[in-house]
Amino acid sequence: MYNYALYLLAIIFLMVSYKKDKKKTKMALKKAWKSFENIIPQFLTILAFLGMVLALLNPEVISHLLGQKAGWQGLIIASIIGSITLIPGFIAFPVAAILLKNGAGFAQIAVFVSTLMMVGIVTLPLEIKCFGKKISTMRNTFAYLFSFIVALVIGVVLG
Amino acid sequence: MKIIFKRYLGFIIILGLNIILLIINRKIGLRSISISGSNILEMAKILPPIFVLLGLMDVWTPRETMEKIMGEKSGLIGILIAFFLGSLAAGPLYAAFPIAIILIKKGAKFSNILIFIGAWSTTKVPMFLFETASLGWRFSVIRLIMSIFGVITIGYMIELFISKKEKENLYNKARLM
Repeated sequence: MYNYALYLLAIIFLMVSYKKDKKKTKMALKKAWKSFENIIPQFLTILAFLGMVLALLNPEVISHLLGQKAGWQGLIIASIIGSITLIPGFIAFPVAAILLKNGAGFAQIAVFVSTLMMVGIVTLPLEIKCFGKKISTMRNTFAYLFSFIVALVIGVVLG
Repeated sequence: MKIIFKRYLGFIIILGLNIILLIINRKIGLRSISISGSNILEMAKILPPIFVLLGLMDVWTPRETMEKIMGEKSGLIGILIAFFLGSLAAGPLYAAFPIAIILIKKGAKFSNILIFIGAWSTTKVPMFLFETASLGWRFSVIRLIMSIFGVITIGYMIELFISKKEKENLYNKARLM
Protein backbone atom coordinates (compact mmCIF):
# COMPACT_ATOMS: atom_id res chain seq x y z
CA MET A 1 0.00 0.00 0.00
CA TYR A 2 2.66 2.46 1.15
CA ASN A 3 4.85 1.28 -1.73
CA TYR A 4 2.25 2.07 -4.35
CA ALA A 5 1.64 5.51 -2.87
CA LEU A 6 5.39 6.22 -3.07
CA TYR A 7 5.57 5.10 -6.69
CA LEU A 8 2.51 7.15 -7.57
CA LEU A 9 4.00 10.20 -5.86
CA ALA A 10 7.34 9.76 -7.64
CA ILE A 11 5.65 9.35 -11.04
CA ILE A 12 3.42 12.39 -10.56
CA PHE A 13 6.33 14.58 -9.47
CA LEU A 14 8.45 13.28 -12.35
CA MET A 15 5.76 14.16 -14.85
CA VAL A 16 5.26 17.63 -13.42
CA SER A 17 9.00 18.18 -13.37
CA TYR A 18 9.40 16.92 -16.94
CA LYS A 19 6.73 19.28 -18.15
CA LYS A 20 8.37 22.22 -16.45
CA ASP A 21 11.97 21.53 -17.36
CA LYS A 22 13.29 18.53 -19.27
CA LYS A 23 16.93 19.23 -18.57
CA LYS A 24 16.44 19.57 -14.83
CA THR A 25 14.43 16.34 -14.75
CA LYS A 26 17.20 14.50 -16.52
CA MET A 27 19.66 15.87 -14.00
CA ALA A 28 17.40 14.76 -11.14
CA LEU A 29 17.28 11.21 -12.51
CA LYS A 30 21.04 11.20 -12.95
CA LYS A 31 21.50 12.32 -9.35
CA ALA A 32 18.97 9.73 -8.16
CA TRP A 33 20.90 6.97 -9.91
CA LYS A 34 24.24 8.22 -8.63
CA SER A 35 23.19 8.26 -4.99
CA PHE A 36 21.42 4.92 -5.38
CA GLU A 37 24.46 3.31 -6.95
CA ASN A 38 26.56 4.81 -4.20
CA ILE A 39 24.79 2.91 -1.40
CA ILE A 40 24.10 -0.43 -3.15
CA PRO A 41 27.23 -2.28 -1.92
CA GLN A 42 26.73 -1.37 1.77
CA PHE A 43 23.08 -1.95 1.42
CA LEU A 44 23.44 -5.50 0.06
CA THR A 45 26.02 -6.30 2.73
CA ILE A 46 23.76 -5.07 5.53
CA LEU A 47 20.72 -7.01 4.37
CA ALA A 48 22.64 -10.22 3.74
CA PHE A 49 24.26 -9.93 7.17
CA LEU A 50 20.92 -9.24 8.82
CA GLY A 51 19.43 -12.32 7.14
CA MET A 52 22.20 -14.45 8.58
CA VAL A 53 21.84 -12.99 12.09
CA LEU A 54 18.07 -13.49 12.06
CA ALA A 55 18.47 -17.06 10.79
CA LEU A 56 20.87 -17.86 13.64
CA LEU A 57 19.05 -15.87 16.33
CA ASN A 58 15.44 -16.87 15.90
CA PRO A 59 12.74 -15.36 18.15
CA GLU A 60 12.90 -18.34 20.55
CA VAL A 61 16.60 -17.75 21.21
CA ILE A 62 16.06 -14.03 21.78
CA SER A 63 13.10 -14.75 24.03
CA HIS A 64 15.16 -17.23 26.03
CA LEU A 65 17.97 -14.72 26.60
CA LEU A 66 15.66 -11.94 27.74
CA GLY A 67 12.87 -13.87 29.37
CA GLN A 68 14.98 -15.83 31.85
CA LYS A 69 17.28 -13.11 33.12
CA ALA A 70 15.96 -10.00 34.74
CA GLY A 71 17.90 -7.09 36.21
CA TRP A 72 21.02 -5.48 34.86
CA GLN A 73 22.21 -8.57 33.05
CA GLY A 74 18.95 -8.76 31.13
CA LEU A 75 19.15 -5.03 30.40
CA ILE A 76 22.68 -5.32 29.02
CA ILE A 77 21.82 -8.35 26.89
CA ALA A 78 18.65 -6.64 25.63
CA SER A 79 20.58 -3.48 24.74
CA ILE A 80 23.32 -5.40 22.92
CA ILE A 81 20.84 -7.42 20.87
CA GLY A 82 18.88 -4.26 20.15
CA SER A 83 21.99 -2.37 19.03
CA ILE A 84 23.31 -5.05 16.70
CA THR A 85 20.16 -6.32 15.09
CA LEU A 86 18.15 -4.29 12.72
CA ILE A 87 14.68 -5.74 12.86
CA PRO A 88 11.92 -3.63 11.34
CA GLY A 89 9.36 -2.35 13.84
CA PHE A 90 6.52 -4.42 12.47
CA ILE A 91 8.44 -7.57 13.48
CA ALA A 92 10.11 -6.16 16.59
CA PHE A 93 6.97 -4.92 18.36
CA PRO A 94 5.07 -8.21 18.22
CA VAL A 95 8.24 -10.02 19.35
CA ALA A 96 8.57 -7.53 22.22
CA ALA A 97 4.93 -8.12 23.14
CA ILE A 98 5.50 -11.89 23.23
CA LEU A 99 8.60 -11.38 25.38
CA LEU A 100 6.57 -9.31 27.83
CA LYS A 101 3.95 -12.03 28.08
CA ASN A 102 6.68 -14.58 28.73
CA GLY A 103 7.92 -12.74 31.77
CA ALA A 104 10.49 -10.26 30.46
CA GLY A 105 10.54 -6.98 32.38
CA PHE A 106 9.25 -3.67 31.02
CA ALA A 107 12.68 -2.09 31.44
CA GLN A 108 14.38 -4.82 29.38
CA ILE A 109 11.81 -4.48 26.64
CA ALA A 110 12.12 -0.68 26.68
CA VAL A 111 15.90 -0.80 26.30
CA PHE A 112 15.53 -3.41 23.57
CA VAL A 113 13.01 -1.37 21.57
CA SER A 114 14.87 1.90 22.06
CA THR A 115 18.30 0.58 21.02
CA LEU A 116 16.72 -1.33 18.18
CA MET A 117 15.40 1.87 16.70
CA MET A 118 18.14 4.35 17.58
CA VAL A 119 21.41 2.40 17.61
CA GLY A 120 22.63 0.69 14.47
CA ILE A 121 25.90 -1.20 14.66
CA VAL A 122 25.22 -3.00 11.39
CA THR A 123 24.42 0.23 9.58
CA LEU A 124 27.38 2.07 11.11
CA PRO A 125 29.57 1.79 7.96
CA LEU A 126 26.85 3.49 5.94
CA GLU A 127 26.38 6.17 8.59
CA ILE A 128 30.14 6.81 8.71
CA LYS A 129 30.19 7.19 4.95
CA CYS A 130 27.65 10.01 5.25
CA PHE A 131 28.63 11.67 8.53
CA GLY A 132 32.17 10.59 9.30
CA LYS A 133 33.48 8.52 12.20
CA LYS A 134 33.24 11.04 15.02
CA ILE A 135 29.63 12.12 14.55
CA SER A 136 28.38 8.59 13.88
CA THR A 137 30.12 7.13 16.92
CA MET A 138 28.83 9.95 19.11
CA ARG A 139 25.26 9.63 17.86
CA ASN A 140 25.20 5.89 18.49
CA THR A 141 26.88 6.15 21.90
CA PHE A 142 24.51 8.87 23.13
CA ALA A 143 21.52 6.93 21.78
CA TYR A 144 22.74 3.79 23.57
CA LEU A 145 23.10 5.59 26.90
CA PHE A 146 19.79 7.39 26.40
CA SER A 147 18.04 4.02 25.90
CA PHE A 148 18.96 3.08 29.47
CA ILE A 149 17.36 6.27 30.80
CA VAL A 150 14.18 5.38 28.91
CA ALA A 151 14.37 1.85 30.32
CA LEU A 152 14.79 3.09 33.90
CA VAL A 153 11.85 5.48 33.66
CA ILE A 154 9.58 2.90 32.05
CA GLY A 155 10.74 0.30 34.55
CA VAL A 156 9.91 2.59 37.49
CA VAL A 157 6.55 3.76 36.11
CA LEU A 158 5.24 0.47 34.74
CA GLY A 159 7.38 -2.19 36.44
CA MET B 1 36.59 -4.73 -12.39
CA LYS B 2 39.00 -4.45 -9.49
CA ILE B 3 37.14 -1.41 -8.17
CA ILE B 4 33.79 -3.22 -8.40
CA PHE B 5 35.26 -6.19 -6.55
CA LYS B 6 36.59 -3.93 -3.82
CA ARG B 7 33.28 -2.13 -3.41
CA TYR B 8 31.36 -5.38 -3.11
CA LEU B 9 33.96 -7.12 -0.93
CA GLY B 10 31.74 -6.98 2.19
CA PHE B 11 28.85 -8.53 0.33
CA ILE B 12 31.07 -11.22 -1.17
CA ILE B 13 32.43 -12.11 2.29
CA ILE B 14 28.90 -12.43 3.70
CA LEU B 15 27.91 -14.59 0.72
CA GLY B 16 30.93 -16.80 1.39
CA LEU B 17 29.97 -17.11 5.07
CA ASN B 18 26.46 -17.98 4.02
CA ILE B 19 27.73 -20.79 1.79
CA ILE B 20 29.80 -22.12 4.70
CA LEU B 21 26.70 -21.92 6.90
CA LEU B 22 24.76 -23.79 4.23
CA ILE B 23 27.32 -26.60 4.30
CA ILE B 24 27.38 -26.80 8.12
CA ASN B 25 23.65 -26.51 8.64
CA ARG B 26 21.45 -26.70 5.58
CA LYS B 27 18.31 -25.58 7.35
CA ILE B 28 19.74 -22.41 8.91
CA GLY B 29 21.70 -21.64 5.75
CA LEU B 30 18.58 -21.83 3.61
CA ARG B 31 16.63 -19.76 6.10
CA SER B 32 19.36 -17.11 6.03
CA ILE B 33 19.25 -16.95 2.23
CA SER B 34 15.49 -16.73 2.17
CA ILE B 35 15.36 -13.96 4.81
CA SER B 36 18.12 -11.97 3.08
CA GLY B 37 16.51 -12.48 -0.32
CA SER B 38 13.08 -11.32 0.77
CA ASN B 39 14.55 -8.33 2.64
CA ILE B 40 16.59 -7.27 -0.39
CA LEU B 41 13.56 -7.65 -2.65
CA GLU B 42 11.38 -5.70 -0.24
CA MET B 43 13.88 -2.84 -0.09
CA ALA B 44 14.53 -2.96 -3.83
CA LYS B 45 10.84 -2.21 -4.22
CA ILE B 46 10.83 0.77 -1.84
CA LEU B 47 14.12 2.41 -2.81
CA PRO B 48 13.59 3.48 -6.47
CA PRO B 49 10.75 5.96 -5.83
CA ILE B 50 12.57 7.30 -2.74
CA PHE B 51 15.68 8.02 -4.77
CA VAL B 52 13.73 9.54 -7.65
CA LEU B 53 12.00 11.84 -5.14
CA LEU B 54 15.39 12.64 -3.62
CA GLY B 55 16.82 13.53 -7.02
CA LEU B 56 13.86 15.79 -7.77
CA MET B 57 14.13 17.39 -4.33
CA ASP B 58 17.81 18.03 -4.91
CA VAL B 59 17.20 19.71 -8.26
CA TRP B 60 14.08 21.68 -7.43
CA THR B 61 14.30 22.89 -3.81
CA PRO B 62 16.02 26.24 -3.83
CA ARG B 63 18.80 26.45 -1.30
CA GLU B 64 17.42 29.72 0.04
CA THR B 65 14.08 28.16 1.02
CA MET B 66 15.74 25.28 2.81
CA GLU B 67 18.13 27.61 4.57
CA LYS B 68 15.23 29.73 5.70
CA ILE B 69 13.10 26.91 7.10
CA MET B 70 15.84 24.65 8.48
CA GLY B 71 19.00 26.77 8.48
CA GLU B 72 21.02 28.48 11.21
CA LYS B 73 18.36 31.07 11.99
CA SER B 74 15.32 28.81 11.68
CA GLY B 75 14.90 28.42 15.47
CA LEU B 76 11.89 26.54 16.78
CA ILE B 77 10.31 26.24 13.32
CA GLY B 78 13.42 24.48 12.06
CA ILE B 79 13.26 21.99 14.93
CA LEU B 80 9.57 21.34 14.28
CA ILE B 81 10.13 20.83 10.56
CA ALA B 82 13.02 18.46 11.25
CA PHE B 83 10.75 16.46 13.56
CA PHE B 84 7.91 16.54 11.10
CA LEU B 85 10.03 15.35 8.16
CA GLY B 86 11.61 12.55 10.19
CA SER B 87 8.43 11.37 11.92
CA LEU B 88 6.32 11.12 8.81
CA ALA B 89 8.84 8.96 7.04
CA ALA B 90 8.66 5.23 6.77
CA GLY B 91 11.53 2.96 5.97
CA PRO B 92 14.64 1.89 7.81
CA LEU B 93 17.14 4.29 9.37
CA TYR B 94 19.71 3.81 6.62
CA ALA B 95 17.32 5.36 4.10
CA ALA B 96 17.49 8.55 6.18
CA PHE B 97 21.22 9.08 5.65
CA PRO B 98 21.08 9.97 1.93
CA ILE B 99 18.19 12.35 2.65
CA ALA B 100 20.23 13.95 5.43
CA ILE B 101 23.02 14.54 2.90
CA ILE B 102 20.61 16.49 0.69
CA LEU B 103 19.49 18.55 3.68
CA ILE B 104 23.14 19.32 4.45
CA LYS B 105 23.70 20.30 0.82
CA LYS B 106 20.76 22.68 1.02
CA GLY B 107 22.14 24.41 4.08
CA ALA B 108 20.03 22.99 6.90
CA LYS B 109 21.36 23.62 10.40
CA PHE B 110 23.48 20.80 11.75
CA SER B 111 21.45 20.18 14.91
CA ASN B 112 18.28 20.09 12.81
CA ILE B 113 19.80 17.37 10.64
CA LEU B 114 20.60 15.36 13.76
CA ILE B 115 17.04 15.92 15.00
CA PHE B 116 15.75 14.72 11.64
CA ILE B 117 17.83 11.53 11.93
CA GLY B 118 16.72 11.03 15.53
CA ALA B 119 13.05 11.54 14.68
CA TRP B 120 13.35 9.14 11.77
CA SER B 121 14.91 6.54 14.04
CA THR B 122 12.47 6.62 16.91
CA THR B 123 9.42 8.90 16.73
CA LYS B 124 7.88 7.74 13.47
CA VAL B 125 4.10 8.09 13.45
CA PRO B 126 3.20 4.78 11.72
CA MET B 127 5.58 2.93 14.04
CA PHE B 128 4.14 4.65 17.09
CA LEU B 129 0.63 3.51 16.16
CA PHE B 130 1.92 0.00 15.75
CA GLU B 131 3.82 0.20 19.04
CA THR B 132 0.67 1.20 20.96
CA ALA B 133 -1.17 -1.74 19.42
CA SER B 134 1.42 -4.28 20.56
CA LEU B 135 2.94 -2.84 23.72
CA GLY B 136 0.14 -0.69 25.10
CA TRP B 137 -0.35 3.07 25.07
CA ARG B 138 1.28 3.71 28.46
CA PHE B 139 4.56 2.14 27.36
CA SER B 140 4.49 3.87 23.98
CA VAL B 141 3.51 7.33 25.20
CA ILE B 142 6.22 7.38 27.89
CA ARG B 143 8.77 6.24 25.32
CA LEU B 144 7.58 8.81 22.77
CA ILE B 145 7.72 11.76 25.17
CA MET B 146 11.16 10.75 26.42
CA SER B 147 12.38 10.17 22.86
CA ILE B 148 11.34 13.66 21.76
CA PHE B 149 13.45 15.19 24.53
CA GLY B 150 16.21 12.66 23.94
CA VAL B 151 16.43 13.36 20.21
CA ILE B 152 16.71 17.13 20.75
CA THR B 153 19.25 16.71 23.56
CA ILE B 154 21.39 14.31 21.54
CA GLY B 155 21.25 16.67 18.54
CA TYR B 156 22.47 19.66 20.56
CA MET B 157 25.04 17.60 22.47
CA ILE B 158 26.67 16.36 19.26
CA GLU B 159 26.69 19.88 17.86
CA LEU B 160 28.44 21.01 21.04
CA PHE B 161 31.22 18.46 20.60
CA ILE B 162 31.82 19.13 16.90
CA SER B 163 34.21 21.94 16.01
CA LYS B 164 33.40 24.56 13.40
CA LYS B 165 36.02 23.11 11.10
CA GLU B 166 34.62 19.57 11.34
CA LYS B 167 31.20 20.90 10.49
CA GLU B 168 32.59 22.80 7.50
CA ASN B 169 34.31 19.63 6.29
CA LEU B 170 31.03 17.74 6.50
CA TYR B 171 29.16 20.40 4.55
CA ASN B 172 31.89 20.55 1.91
CA LYS B 173 31.96 16.78 1.59
CA ALA B 174 28.18 16.64 1.20
CA ARG B 175 28.35 19.11 -1.65
CA LEU B 176 30.54 16.68 -3.58
CA MET B 177 28.29 13.65 -3.03
